Amino acid sequence: MPENVTEQRREEAAAAAPAIAPAREPVPASVRRDVIFDVDDISVHYGDHKAIRDVTLDLHVNEITALIGPSGCGKSTFIRCLNRMNDLIPTARVDGKIVYHGEDLYASDIDPVQVRKRIGMVFQKPNPFPKSIYDNIAFGPRLMSSRPPKKGDMDEIVERALRRGALWDEVKDRLRTNAFGMSGGQQQRLCIARALATEPDVLLMDEPCSALDPISTGRIEDLMIELKRDYSIVIVTHNMQQAARVSDMTAFFTVELHDEGRSRTGAVVEYGETDKIFTNPDDKRTEDYVTGKFG
Amino acid sequence: MTGAQIAARASRSVIPRAAGRDRAFAGFFRALMLGAVGISILALGTLLFDVARDGVPKLSVDFVGSFPSRIIPSNSGIESAIYGTLWLMVVCAVIVVPLGIATAVYLEEYADRTKWWNRMVEVNIQNLAAVPSVVYGILGLAFIVRGPLSLGRTVLAGGITLALLVLPVVIIVAREAIRSVPSSIREAALALGATQWQTIWKQVLPGSIAGIATGVILALSRAIGETAPLLVIGAAVSPRFNPDGLGSAFTALPIQIFAWTQDKDREFVDLAAAAILVMMLALLLMNSVAIFLRNRYEQKW
Amino acid sequence: MADYATAVSAGATGRRTSLVRRPSGRSRFEGAIKALLFAAAAVSILTTIAIVISLLSETIAFFGDVPIGDYLFGTKWTPQFAGDQQSFGVLPLIWGTLYLTGIGLLVAIPVGILSGIYLAEFAPRRVRKVVKPLLELLAGVPTIVFGYFALTFFTPEVLRGALGLGVNQFNALSAGIILGVLVVPTIATLVEDAMAAVPQSLREGSAGLGANRVQTAVRVVFPAALSGIVAALVLGASRAIGETVIILIAGGQTANLSLNPTESYQSMAAFIAATARGDIPTGSIEYETIFVVGMTLFVFTLVLNMISIRLVRRYRQVYE
Repeated sequence: MPENVTEQRREEAAAAAPAIAPAREPVPASVRRDVIFDVDDISVHYGDHKAIRDVTLDLHVNEITALIGPSGCGKSTFIRCLNRMNDLIPTARVDGKIVYHGEDLYASDIDPVQVRKRIGMVFQKPNPFPKSIYDNIAFGPRLMSSRPPKKGDMDEIVERALRRGALWDEVKDRLRTNAFGMSGGQQQRLCIARALATEPDVLLMDEPCSALDPISTGRIEDLMIELKRDYSIVIVTHNMQQAARVSDMTAFFTVELHDEGRSRTGAVVEYGETDKIFTNPDDKRTEDYVTGKFG
Repeated sequence: MTGAQIAARASRSVIPRAAGRDRAFAGFFRALMLGAVGISILALGTLLFDVARDGVPKLSVDFVGSFPSRIIPSNSGIESAIYGTLWLMVVCAVIVVPLGIATAVYLEEYADRTKWWNRMVEVNIQNLAAVPSVVYGILGLAFIVRGPLSLGRTVLAGGITLALLVLPVVIIVAREAIRSVPSSIREAALALGATQWQTIWKQVLPGSIAGIATGVILALSRAIGETAPLLVIGAAVSPRFNPDGLGSAFTALPIQIFAWTQDKDREFVDLAAAAILVMMLALLLMNSVAIFLRNRYEQKW
Repeated sequence: MADYATAVSAGATGRRTSLVRRPSGRSRFEGAIKALLFAAAAVSILTTIAIVISLLSETIAFFGDVPIGDYLFGTKWTPQFAGDQQSFGVLPLIWGTLYLTGIGLLVAIPVGILSGIYLAEFAPRRVRKVVKPLLELLAGVPTIVFGYFALTFFTPEVLRGALGLGVNQFNALSAGIILGVLVVPTIATLVEDAMAAVPQSLREGSAGLGANRVQTAVRVVFPAALSGIVAALVLGASRAIGETVIILIAGGQTANLSLNPTESYQSMAAFIAATARGDIPTGSIEYETIFVVGMTLFVFTLVLNMISIRLVRRYRQVYE
């Protein structure tokens, strides 16, 4: 009897997540992978309101980690902790530790500006600068306070970034035209290339495809898988199929209601290999979400 | 039902027709509105017509190129007034542009609005914008011409006074231009590792510069037409020299117009009209430049 | 390229130079920038302080020479006379200011409001494209031009000529009406803004109940925009009160406490500009009169401005 139930659940899960083959070989759990972010007990408050609590997980090098969950469960808040973007909100307070290359990102002597040069971010709505494609890409490198790259070197940097962003062939003849003239999908790839130009080793993506059409979305997903070889990627997504398609590890966030529903705090329910999360999750809440029962 | 019955029912329709009274009032009100607009246009037209009628005959190259005489109208010109106005404009612009933009940047990008001193700065600027220009003249007289600065009745004093007068306007306009830059641009720059100042200097200011420039030009064109503050601080009347430095005495177009308008000699009054035409031409030019800049360079996000 | 490469070491493998903050140039520079910008903002505060100090110090000196009761309640303003004839009662100046402003508003309020309603609710696009720039043009005309117009055209050719009125060369009617014309664009633009801010849903609701456009505009939109409209009127009044040159040129230099629009009057601002010619000796009683009248004027406009700000805040709150 139990076997039938398991079988049935597998079928349901497989039917619920539309058939898209996983894009890479599942990594055996026994292999010890390097950790890029050792996140330890992170909580974030906005003023008195606790937005997320007690997040503890390891994000691995050269992998794509997806953060999924319903709206308002703190996924964006969490990802913005990784590059200290929450610093920009005056009432935000981050407690806990995030160890990146042996340093606690939130130690008192760490300069957030330097952090953001090493950890790149792409936003939900493409936000290119009202400048030429070339100047968009060059913006980050030009911020190097010690010696900004010379013209010849800059050309190389721009080309390399655009190639990595899978945009070079499309724009190589119009580098000096205004970025606002590009389509939405191209603009987002430009933003990815722009983030890559500062040679980060991490790319954070906060719902990068939600403002785009399906074809552009597909191209960016292919790009992410390519980029995984050289970068560690963390992506927030509302789209479960996307998470299932591209990511190696998945963290499922949920919202906890306190105070008779008056306050909401986000927390991680389950974190593990994507395969497992989507086919055989440990927690029932995870299962309900990935099979579409809510959310 | 028979055709006659249907027709009879239709004539007693349930939907009331518009009351004649309502329609009449609406027509009357529309006439009032058009009348009001007509009065404004009439006033503008009559004014321009009167000035042109009196002033055009007096326009000539000599007029622009000679100094005013107190006695002989036909020998009088506005050269000293034009130069005085130009000097004042330059001094005013040099002061008000950096000061106004810096204040706007501070208020929009750095100031924590929960702090009472920042809110006070904002309210204060709104109040300053409503202070009558003659009070700025008093400030100039007591503080700048005499008093602490004691600069005397000089171009520098006049320029500073005018700068203080239009500063609130420049600040307000610059703030709006800066505010129009979307926050996503700032976020993108910061996420790439720019500091706050780098973000402002490389993205926010370039993106708002067209709006700022337009506002500055309009503020300066307002300063050009100001008479009261210059009267109070003691601009010279009908001087026969151009300013030769910041410490020089000066006059300005509005002052010259003011003096000639009140002259007993009708000839001088007509010269005032001619000077008005020159001044309005300058203003028209400045406003056209401002509009051109706005249309050509304004950033549409 | 060397610097760039070493500053950004091997990307993906994670061998990095440390993230430690350099307490060096960068953050001190950022701090200095913020301080500099605050200093710029402080200039506006200093300006207000300077205005208040300069007005206050001479006002206090004035009340050392003239009892405050004489000033506030006296009905004769004759500082230029000597001895017994000299009197410092400010009421004629205040009255002159209010009287002239009143005449001006009598013109500007109906014309301004009707124009504003027209632009906001009725003007077809092509008409708007013509009328708005014309109003902006009117708004941009320097006040000295209005003064010229009042003295050399309006008084002789309109009031005396076309209307045959027996007015003085300098008279309140001319100065007041032209003052009104000056203020019309201010009121019209602000009324238009206030009406345009009213949500479309109200107009639709009214139309759905069978009101015609005039009824909708007058009975629904106008009342909804009322605090913004009143703010516009208060601002217009404030502008008229502070206006100097028109009254100086066309209104005359006689402080007058009567009600006759054909006579000449003097406002507070006009008095200040008339008296403060560059060579007035510091510390003399005339010098002091400039400041005490200036202080009075300043207080008037400050109060009006605060009222209008409060009104604007109220109407914005309703719709945001």
